[in-house]
Amino acid sequence: MKYDLVVVGGGPAGLAAAIEARKNGVERIVLIERDRELGGILQQCIHNGFGLHVFGEQLTGPEYAERFINELNNLKIEYLTNTMVLEINDKKEVYILNQELGFRRIEAKAIILSMGCRERTRGAIGIPGFRPAGIFTAGTAQRFINIEGYMVGKKVVILGSGDIGLIMARRLTLEGAKVLAVVELMPYSTGLTRNIVQCLHDYNIPLFFEHTVIDIKGKNRVEGVTIAKVDNNRVPIRGTEVFYECDTLLLSVGLIPENELSRNAGIEIDARTSGPFVNESMETSIEGIFACGNVVHVHDLVDFVTQEAQRAGRGAARYIKGEAIDNGVVIRTVNGNGIRYIVPQKLRLENLNDEINLFMRVDNIYNNCRLDVKLDGKIIKSFKKRKVTPGEMETVKLKKSDLSTYNDCSLSIEVVKE
Amino acid sequence: MFDVAIIGAGVIGCSIARELSKYNLNVALIEKENDVGNVTTKANSAIIHAGYDAKPGTLKGKLNAKGNLMFDELCRELEVPFKRVGSLVLAFDDDEMKTLGKLYEQGIQNGVPELYILSKEKVLEMDPNISDNIKGALYAKTGGIIGPWEFTIALAENAVENGVNIFLSNEVVDIEKKDFGYRIITNKDTYDTKYVVNCAGLYADKINNMVSNNKMEIIPRRGQYYLLDKTVGNLVKYVIFQCPSKLGKGVLVTPTVHGNLLIGPDAEDLIDKTALNTTSEGLNFIVEVARRSVKTLPLNMAITNFAGLRARTERDDFIIEEAVDAKGFINVAGIESPGLSSAPAISLYVIDILKNIAKKIEKKENFNPYRRAIPKFIELSEDEKNELVKKDKRFGKIICRCESITEGEIVSAIHRNVGARTVDAVKRRVRAGMGRCQGGFCSPRVIEILARELGVEMTEIEKDHEGSYILTGPTKSEVQ
Ligand SMILES: Cc1cc2nc3c(=O)[nH]c(=O)nc-3n(C[C@H](O)[C@H](O)[C@H](O)COP(=O)(O)OP(=O)(O)OC[C@H]3O[C@@H](n4cnc5c(N)ncnc54)[C@H](O)[C@@H]3O)c2cc1C
Ligand SMILES: Cc1cc2nc3c(=O)[nH]c(=O)nc-3n(C[C@H](O)[C@H](O)[C@H](O)COP(=O)(O)OP(=O)(O)OC[C@H]3O[C@@H](n4cnc5c(N)ncnc54)[C@H](O)[C@@H]3O)c2cc1C
Repeated sequence: MKYDLVVVGGGPAGLAAAIEARKNGVERIVLIERDRELGGILQQCIHNGFGLHVFGEQLTGPEYAERFINELNNLKIEYLTNTMVLEINDKKEVYILNQELGFRRIEAKAIILSMGCRERTRGAIGIPGFRPAGIFTAGTAQRFINIEGYMVGKKVVILGSGDIGLIMARRLTLEGAKVLAVVELMPYSTGLTRNIVQCLHDYNIPLFFEHTVIDIKGKNRVEGVTIAKVDNNRVPIRGTEVFYECDTLLLSVGLIPENELSRNAGIEIDARTSGPFVNESMETSIEGIFACGNVVHVHDLVDFVTQEAQRAGRGAARYIKGEAIDNGVVIRTVNGNGIRYIVPQKLRLENLNDEINLFMRVDNIYNNCRLDVKLDGKIIKSFKKRKVTPGEMETVKLKKSDLSTYNDCSLSIEVVKE
Repeated sequence: MFDVAIIGAGVIGCSIARELSKYNLNVALIEKENDVGNVTTKANSAIIHAGYDAKPGTLKGKLNAKGNLMFDELCRELEVPFKRVGSLVLAFDDDEMKTLGKLYEQGIQNGVPELYILSKEKVLEMDPNISDNIKGALYAKTGGIIGPWEFTIALAENAVENGVNIFLSNEVVDIEKKDFGYRIITNKDTYDTKYVVNCAGLYADKINNMVSNNKMEIIPRRGQYYLLDKTVGNLVKYVIFQCPSKLGKGVLVTPTVHGNLLIGPDAEDLIDKTALNTTSEGLNFIVEVARRSVKTLPLNMAITNFAGLRARTERDDFIIEEAVDAKGFINVAGIESPGLSSAPAISLYVIDILKNIAKKIEKKENFNPYRRAIPKFIELSEDEKNELVKKDKRFGKIICRCESITEGEIVSAIHRNVGARTVDAVKRRVRAGMGRCQGGFCSPRVIEILARELGVEMTEIEKDHEGSYILTGPTKSEVQ
């Protein structure tokens, strides 16, 4: 099998990337999805709040996905569902498995990776205690409830105040369960402010900052969890333990980009994002292999995923047509004070159209601050912010003309308190 | 009426069952759990020890080295993952070098082949990730790693294939002495038998005390572990021990047979035989000790932690003997480490005791020593993969993405003669849910497949032990 472009993963990133590549003239495209249907994680996100930036309206996850799936069909882009990509390599060969075709090799001119991410587990954060049933990651519980139609518990404690945990607090409450508390290790939430208000405050669910779960009781099914306050080093403080009787513990303790395929292909991974290093076209360290969406870094808004994926789609089209420019000025992005990461990590100036959006996360909550953008040490732009938090991705839009330079150089962004 | 009833289907009970299935005997294997190997046998270091640890003259000393050498053939016959990677005991100072000398001597007396005392340079050449602070090491070439539950399941399957009757979810609550032998009463049924073999692990004392006035007491000794992701499974090439010392008795760092990295255990005597919980103290301790062995310990790659309980007795040795006041009642108790390594030799030893008691027992003519493992789809060649998918489409569908496990493998795990009934039983047989996402993605599908294949509701599927229900009911059942 031979294609110009293989897109791995049919979530919002893969869908938007495939559509954009077709609109930019790529003929033979195939999008591959291991699940029963397209749409990725959106299929289980039946709450609304999707698409404010892209469509200017509030859609549910499946509604947002549907618009892209319809467009994919209108553009007659081929796709395979129930098909797993098992391996890719630097020769741009893609190995797939499904029930009809069996194990097959596809040769591609370009590949776009959009495998999304997975959830961190209990093991990853090392909660001691028994190992009973009744411990779920929030996304797994969401799948059980919203797609399979089964309840996972009656009295629930949620660890982690990320968006998925917050949304599940509301969802469980609406389904008749009692959510006793949401417990957060850090002094701030990693979820969107609107979700804290709409999912916790509206239902009188308490949120405890600087607390964690230190023990799990129950040999067969969860019977309760012990919660304690932590000090500045995140170490539980003796004497602050409180036991909550419950049958379920939900974990919403972070997402990790799903990069096993990328890693095995030899693509370089940025330790800060856990996703591939990418350039302005979302191209990874292997020429002709692009990446977008949660596989690159974890996004909180799907609209940004879509924008980033469109960039990858255009980049892949340009690469396939031989129009990408690989010599010329290169600008590397560098984290300044207060910045945890910036994507893309590298900009090839000649390939920029007229502007570029940089995505980044800050490392703490800052009120009334500025984001200073420096090119080779000189401030070229400055953005005032009322509040930035690690829970909400920041974006900075730069014009190509802002970046006029004749040498390779670095662009840094830092948080400055006003 | 059974000839022999074995109580407890851990690695010891299953080993003995398989050995007995070579004879013309009517054998029952009675287990209180809903799966075999689901207590101590599923939570240990999974090491096939070489056999230099035990004092010469003890049963441990006799049976470990002998058992070790039986694994190649056994694992070939039963298609069980086993690797003789070799083990190293590290010494950090001159005192510990002396300890190595003692271990070496013990090993020779116990009949352990291929033991060497190596210099620091040689050790670091063999495995550069080992700490620079060592003085030397004892190298045992025969040390190995195994899949303990695969081994136990394979033994059970092969035993059943050869005629052993297995009764799961049957807890022995009483035993009566009768003229013909014993009547075993469980929470489900009664079983009459001429002879009893007590392999009840942590509860071997309870079973013994049902028939014997020679009371026994088992003390649970907990050991805790961290399991790390496959991306760091090759951190060390060998099983790395430290000298037994006050800091740590046997905290090891080892690759597992599946390519993960395992760190642990500590040792803590308890009273509660069900205390299979981990504690932050225990986990911190093993990390602290393990850090001495290797240059770096990538703990951020941890995917789970767990604990196991050793069945210790005051005798400090295996107890394998007929009870003095109960004819035909054989205790196989106090089987702490190296019980797994000794299991094949223990079963031969038990058969000898039985032969002495029963006088004439005959070998079967049609014993089949082979057991076919479930095909590991991802490890097959391209052609084999396609052939299998053509024959059975369910092999074309990946259910567990971390470990690349297909629906075909899961269905086959359910329909074996000792088939999986729970999500964790599937995991132990084919590794679905064993990977870095720990079932986050595949558990809903595994539940669906189990329910479909067993013809029950999704809500009836349990995670592991009885009572470990996962789903509480359909949605919208709580609000009217
Ligand atoms: C629970 C939850 C709630 C959210 N709520 C909101 C919200 O309210 N508003 C909002 O704007 N955003 C929200 N988001 C964020 C947004 O939905 C995600 O950022 C977005 O879905 C990510 O898109 P993606 O395409 O990168 O990944 P995904 O949607 O995860 O898609 C990845 C796809 O790749 C497939 N795949 C992976 N590996 C392979 C392989 N080897 N072979 C074949 N296919 C493969 C997967 O099956 C999946 O379908 C939420 C996210 C989550 C997880
Ligand atoms: C932390 C730790 C590390 C270890 N490391 C190693 C190692 O690396 N190498 C090694 O060789 N050994 C090791 N061991 C020892 C090894 O795990 C044990 O020796 C072995 O698993 C014991 O098997 P068993 O069959 O006796 O016990 P178990 O596996 O516990 O089996 C006993 C069975 O009896 C059943 N039972 C109990 N009561 C009843 C009843 N009333 N009715 C019916 N059934 C009943 C139980 O449910 C259980 O399934 C380790 C042990 C521990 C705890």
